Amino acid sequence: MMTETQSMAAPSAVLERQKRAKFRRNMFYLALIVVGLVAPFLAYPVFLMKVLCFALFACAFNLLLGYAGLLSFGHAAFLATGGYVTGYLLASYPGLTPELGIIAGTLLATLLGVLFGVLSIRRQGIYFAMVTLAIAQLVYFMFVQAPFTGGEDGLHGVPRGELFGFISLSSNLAMYYFVFAIFIFGFALIQRTVHSPFGQVLKAIRENEPRAVSLGYNADAYKLVAFVISAGLAGLAGSTKTVVFQLASLTDAHWHMSGEVILMTLLGGVGTLLGPLMGAGIVVSLQHILAQSPLGNWVSVILGIIFVICVLSFRSGIVGELDKMYRKNFK
Amino acid sequence: MTFMKKTLAASIAVAAASSLAVSTAQADMSDGEVRIGYLADMSGTYRDLAGPGGLTAMEMAVADFGGSVNGAPIVISSADDRNSADVGANTVRGWIDQDNVDMVGGLVASSVSIAVTKVLEENNGLGIVSGSAASSITNEHCTPNHIHWVYDTYPLANGTAKAVVEQGGDTWFMLTADYAFGHALEADVTKVVEESGGEIVGGVRHPFPTNDFSSYILQAQGSGAKIIGLANAGADTVNAITTASQFGLTQSGQQLAGLLIFLNDVHALGLEATQNLLLTTGWYWDMDEQSREWSQRYFDEVGRMPTMVQAGIYSSTMHYLKAVEAAGTDDPETVRAQMADMPIEDFFARNGRIREDGRMVHDMYLAQVKTPEESTGEWDLYEILSTIPAEEAYRPLSESQCKLVQN
Repeated sequence: MMTETQSMAAPSAVLERQKRAKFRRNMFYLALIVVGLVAPFLAYPVFLMKVLCFALFACAFNLLLGYAGLLSFGHAAFLATGGYVTGYLLASYPGLTPELGIIAGTLLATLLGVLFGVLSIRRQGIYFAMVTLAIAQLVYFMFVQAPFTGGEDGLHGVPRGELFGFISLSSNLAMYYFVFAIFIFGFALIQRTVHSPFGQVLKAIRENEPRAVSLGYNADAYKLVAFVISAGLAGLAGSTKTVVFQLASLTDAHWHMSGEVILMTLLGGVGTLLGPLMGAGIVVSLQHILAQSPLGNWVSVILGIIFVICVLSFRSGIVGELDKMYRKNFK
Repeated sequence: MTFMKKTLAASIAVAAASSLAVSTAQADMSDGEVRIGYLADMSGTYRDLAGPGGLTAMEMAVADFGGSVNGAPIVISSADDRNSADVGANTVRGWIDQDNVDMVGGLVASSVSIAVTKVLEENNGLGIVSGSAASSITNEHCTPNHIHWVYDTYPLANGTAKAVVEQGGDTWFMLTADYAFGHALEADVTKVVEESGGEIVGGVRHPFPTNDFSSYILQAQGSGAKIIGLANAGADTVNAITTASQFGLTQSGQQLAGLLIFLNDVHALGLEATQNLLLTTGWYWDMDEQSREWSQRYFDEVGRMPTMVQAGIYSSTMHYLKAVEAAGTDDPETVRAQMADMPIEDFFARNGRIREDGRMVHDMYLAQVKTPEESTGEWDLYEILSTIPAEEAYRPLSESQCKLVQN
């Protein structure tokens, strides 16, 4: 609304400012892409791939929590569905190329998202969270019981295979660039969604649902679409993760995983595009570093303390706080 | 901690010494060092089974070996897998890619072990699985790059069930965890019980995990079976035993047969709840003089008596180092072959040898948990009833689905 009145008052100045902001944003993304391209030469690629997979998962979750205001406590179900479906297909049909496996996993997770979504978006707040948790637990038990998942032992020996049938992914570097491309695709999709008219309506629903409804928007339909996109991208993250690590296990389906993604998103900054990436990076690095240090036994405690500090002292997360500082000092 | 410092000091001293007199054998060690990675659950459910105590056992083995092999210092790094297959597989991948780790030991949760052995196979590494129960590790998931040391579900089911039926426990009621592991264990037990002339009179499957076992225990009591077989693990077994004790199951003449239960579980549950429980174990600290002697040293270091897994970690690390010394190299394939060539006879393993499927077979023991009156100390928990010979205890190669075994 503000921008509209402003643009009526002084169209050219505002347009100019928006243009500059867009240019700065694009340059920033370009810089990030360059960092992503050189990263595997500076750090261990498998570790980076793990960060990217979880970052994509957190970004997908953030789309729902940050922009639609829906706290899902069952996102692990999508991650695991994507992972198990891709893992099962690639392990049992050796002719299948990894990208087809990933697409299949993502599609199934998306379908599951439709099912979940239709049931759960009828409720709000804590009830929504509980409904998603309950359905995710159903999915968890399905994976415990289903013969193809290997139960507690997990699904192992998934081949990385050859991308499009001719690019071998067995080298970590090739695999990294494939994962990086997938991440950019997912991130761009989220970025596009958030900045589209659809994203504006989502934010309006988040801020004041009755008002959005009174303006004639079908809030449920918008929420459902956001839920499905989020589920699909979480599935994509799970599928990719399975190809990278060549296994799918119950850890991905467990509700701890749904909690971990909340931690990543809140720590990085909910409702910011880069927050989940930052949060995933921090959580995964901490787990990685602490696991091999003498403090190894304290990973969960340390993460818990960090979470408490974050919630108490900087609620908008790291990126959120940085963003605030930037706006205060440079604008 | 003290041990870590000691090992560190020892390896520094050895490194200094070896730099003065570089032996020819050292040239055959990758980067002049033998690097061992210890991967286990250091903070979760299986902490007491292996965890930090297992690391201490490994450090004891390295210190006892002298801190170096043919002049090459031995270095241990450790990591917590948090019982997650991807964390475990990732850590090991990093160890191999970045740190040139020569052998990975510990390995507790079955999902982690299977994931890690796949990584080892792909990268031509070497692993020794000490903590896992799944017999599939050397069956359908066998690789030429790992060895399964301490025990698996086959002798646990086989040993306990057979012995119990022979002692007159011929009617069984199965309490099974309702997932793949429980089903497999139940099938194994059913087969053994029926072959030994016993009968399964009933059973119930409980969800995994379960906190409230009352209705299942009541069904077991009502079944009239002499033996209640517990085909579950970890917290489920502990909960089932606690409930059975509260319902006076053993006092009313029925007996529990634990299929996957460890010294630390019995210690935690107490003798009141576990008395007379029959179980199969790969080793017990109070078994004989050499076991007691080693366990006392371990106890002085850690403050707890070792479980069979912790003892197995010492034994397997020692055997690995001996093989490296004998082979004069830390090349995984050569060392693996050398390990299989040398019989294993130490405080832990009797009549031990490594089969082509990677299974280390050794004598197993049927034990019974003592009653509070019989026990003379905090750790005086088991009475060893009989020995199950190595060749009978494990799954015969003729039934193996392992790709390394020609059938």
